[in-house]
Amino acid sequence: MLLRHTPQEITERHALTINPAKTCQPIGAMYAALGVHGCLPHSHGSQGCCAYHRSALTRHYKEPISAGTSSFTEGASVFGGQANLLQAIDNMFTVYEPEVVAVHTTCLSETIGDDLPQIIDKATKDGKIPKGKHVIYANTPSYVGSHVTGFSNMVKGMAMKAETTGVKNGKVNVIPGWVEPADMEEIKRLSGLIGVDIILFPDTSGILNGPLSGEYKMFPEGGTTMAELQSAGDSIGTLALGEWCSADGARYLDTNNKVPCRVLDMPIGLMATDRFVDAMRIIAGVSVPEELSHERGQLVDIISDMHQYFFHKKVALAGDPDQLISMVEFLVSIDMCPTHVVSGTPGKAFAKRIRELTAGLPYEVNVKCDQTADMFLLHQWIKNEPVDLLIGNSYLKYIARDEDIPLVRWGFPILDRQGHQYFPTVGYKGGIRLLEKILNALLDRKDRDDPEQSFELVM
Amino acid sequence: MSQVIFAEREDQIYEKGGDKPFRISCDKQSLAGAVSQRACVFCGSRVVLYPIADALHLIHGPIGCASYTWDIRGALSSGPELHRYSFSTDLGETDVIFGGESKLTRALDELIPLHKPKAAFVYSTCMVGLIGDDISAVCKMAQRRHGIPVIPVMSEGFKGNKRAGYYAACAAMFRLVGTGDTTGIPPMSVNLLGDFNLAGEIWIIRKYLERMGVSVVANITGDGRVADVQRAHGAALNLVQCSGSTMELAKMMQETHGIPFKRVSYLGVDDMAQALYDVAEFFESEEAMAKARELVRGELSEIYPRLMELRKDLEGKRAALYVGGAFKAFSLIKSFRLLGMKVVLAGSQTGTQEDYEELAEICEPGTVIVDDANPLELMTYLIEKDVDVFVGGVKERPIAHKLGIGFVDHNHERKLALEGFVGMLNFAEEVHATALSPVWRFTPRKARPRLEALS
Repeated sequence: MLLRHTPQEITERHALTINPAKTCQPIGAMYAALGVHGCLPHSHGSQGCCAYHRSALTRHYKEPISAGTSSFTEGASVFGGQANLLQAIDNMFTVYEPEVVAVHTTCLSETIGDDLPQIIDKATKDGKIPKGKHVIYANTPSYVGSHVTGFSNMVKGMAMKAETTGVKNGKVNVIPGWVEPADMEEIKRLSGLIGVDIILFPDTSGILNGPLSGEYKMFPEGGTTMAELQSAGDSIGTLALGEWCSADGARYLDTNNKVPCRVLDMPIGLMATDRFVDAMRIIAGVSVPEELSHERGQLVDIISDMHQYFFHKKVALAGDPDQLISMVEFLVSIDMCPTHVVSGTPGKAFAKRIRELTAGLPYEVNVKCDQTADMFLLHQWIKNEPVDLLIGNSYLKYIARDEDIPLVRWGFPILDRQGHQYFPTVGYKGGIRLLEKILNALLDRKDRDDPEQSFELVM
Repeated sequence: MSQVIFAEREDQIYEKGGDKPFRISCDKQSLAGAVSQRACVFCGSRVVLYPIADALHLIHGPIGCASYTWDIRGALSSGPELHRYSFSTDLGETDVIFGGESKLTRALDELIPLHKPKAAFVYSTCMVGLIGDDISAVCKMAQRRHGIPVIPVMSEGFKGNKRAGYYAACAAMFRLVGTGDTTGIPPMSVNLLGDFNLAGEIWIIRKYLERMGVSVVANITGDGRVADVQRAHGAALNLVQCSGSTMELAKMMQETHGIPFKRVSYLGVDDMAQALYDVAEFFESEEAMAKARELVRGELSEIYPRLMELRKDLEGKRAALYVGGAFKAFSLIKSFRLLGMKVVLAGSQTGTQEDYEELAEICEPGTVIVDDANPLELMTYLIEKDVDVFVGGVKERPIAHKLGIGFVDHNHERKLALEGFVGMLNFAEEVHATALSPVWRFTPRKARPRLEALS
């Protein structure tokens, strides 16, 4: 039992996190920045942060991840990191020739109080940013929020590049949130089917799910271009998919560029996808295209064909708020029972929303989203009330093994399986894939556990 | 090539056999803006200490430092698994303003009764260094209250690179050494320093030593236990592998406890055999030497036929290596030589001047030696030197694969034991499998000539 040191009895904790269900802001900023075309993320802090984020993203995407670091020393930590950042900007544009450098801070540079806008302004005035190249930035103090907050902050940094010319471009901005490259690709496909011209930002498709090309490209094809980001201020509206990941950027455009925004849930599962499709359809002024209705029908078909296997199965989930909200809604809609839900990302609205979504169930769901909302607590909850299925990232595999519960890997990070960067889980087709994964997990377990006499060929 | 190397970095790269005399600049801070493969002080401390399985490892800082180092090394334990948990004080905004000492105190008071560890290590991080928490004082008080050693690890990330972190880890462990009872430790005894029991490697080495009649007092730190470290001063000799990480501890133990140390490597047949002979020689035991010879003979005869089979396919192929510390590179170069392969690029994140001099000496002419490389430099040399197998860590793997080059993880993520004689065979099998993998036929580099030949 790998987690044999986890007791069943839950004692109150105040000052510590054990086996976290979150990580810190900068990695989210780095992931978001990778979704900008020709962008080199830059970590303004000591070397370790950058190495950790690159390693973690590499383990999840199995792709090379490049990012610069200000390589803070003791001197920089005392006198401020301005000199380091100026030199870094100069070096990066000279040697790696990115189109864009996306600077994010760390706990170190935030605590020192480095002023990013001022330093970047100085870099511009000193001529360290070549003509036609750009620097975007986000403040991402590691001691506030979580990786999700960092993603959201960098998205807002992108929105800050939007310009308003007064002439509308006829496009819709879509902020997909922290989803996989395949999900971003799927959102573009869905928009194309409905006939809405979109500016998707960020867009990591093509960058973090690229082919073996025989060369190592620091800046692969793909990503939202700077021209698109600038044009986002002329769009007719913004759809933010997920309150936690995407809403801040959308609201910024609303306030500053008068681009009206709407915040939707991430289009995961039947109902959330319906709402996304409906919003897009209204914008385009069309009815839902036949092809999409067909896909929806297929999703409903698989739910109906297999609903007896979903019935009242208890699920424990760990992950990020936007994803969990849509997933919990989906599970409830197919008659499964989300029982324990943790997210390390703080924000009381999350727990409230989960309670609303599960209000119709005959029991009260365990939900927590603060410092002690970690996998240690989740495990203790499971020990006290066992479940049939786990859904979340790879770190759940310890619990899955110890408690002998099947695990569907979904979320970030997935360090030990493949497929997440290639197959979407958003949209109707994504829903079908999620159901396939859930069913496989449940039915494989049934096949393993059924006694010989009731072992079934046909299910 | 020139455009991918910063002008300031030219003296960190050296090609052997040119008309330039050997000179490499190392142990210097990476340039700001460089896409360096290096990490920080905390990372160095964390990877060295974390395999001590019955200790509590509490990371005092914002959550990231704990999340990214949660069970990443694959350091196996034969007993407790407490080291595979991730404990953090998860500092927030108010802690930055008012200090994190009270939170740390509380965390220790909640954790120690809960898990009853044999000792606690408290890691300092960047932010803690800045807000000025006196973690030594907090640890001292907690130690008094709970009656177990509570040891601060001064690993603020910005204080240097990984090597500074190794030093901080050694300083922390040194506080344990000498506090345990040494009765019953036989005269022919050693500590194993600088082995982290990846894929169970330390178990292989312990068995070899046991077969020679040598007992092991403490594993430092793979499959490590607090009590063993506490009585490590009772051993007659320290065997130091991966010299970067634990050499400081060996030096401290020599100064204070008079324990001599030997630098060894368990990678490759020559170095593995030499390590065993060195031990027998140290103890001036003919019996141990005879047993070592017999062991080496036996083990070699078991792996040799298969090694030679693999060599037939590998002869003449080219290898590149980019590792954490340069010491590992020596053994790798010898291992590749045994397989008939040529090392054309050798680099490390944190090599010292001595390391690189020795490296330059054993490399063949034409070999490129590089300190603190960036991905573009690595790619350029991999292509220019037409490399067949690249040996590196997690960030290097996808670069090799994108280029269509075989890869062997010689770092945290190795899945097979690479130490000992059986490790040499595993290494050879892995190199063979990746160098000759049929997948490379479909990659542009290899497919193009094949397609051209067909047309």
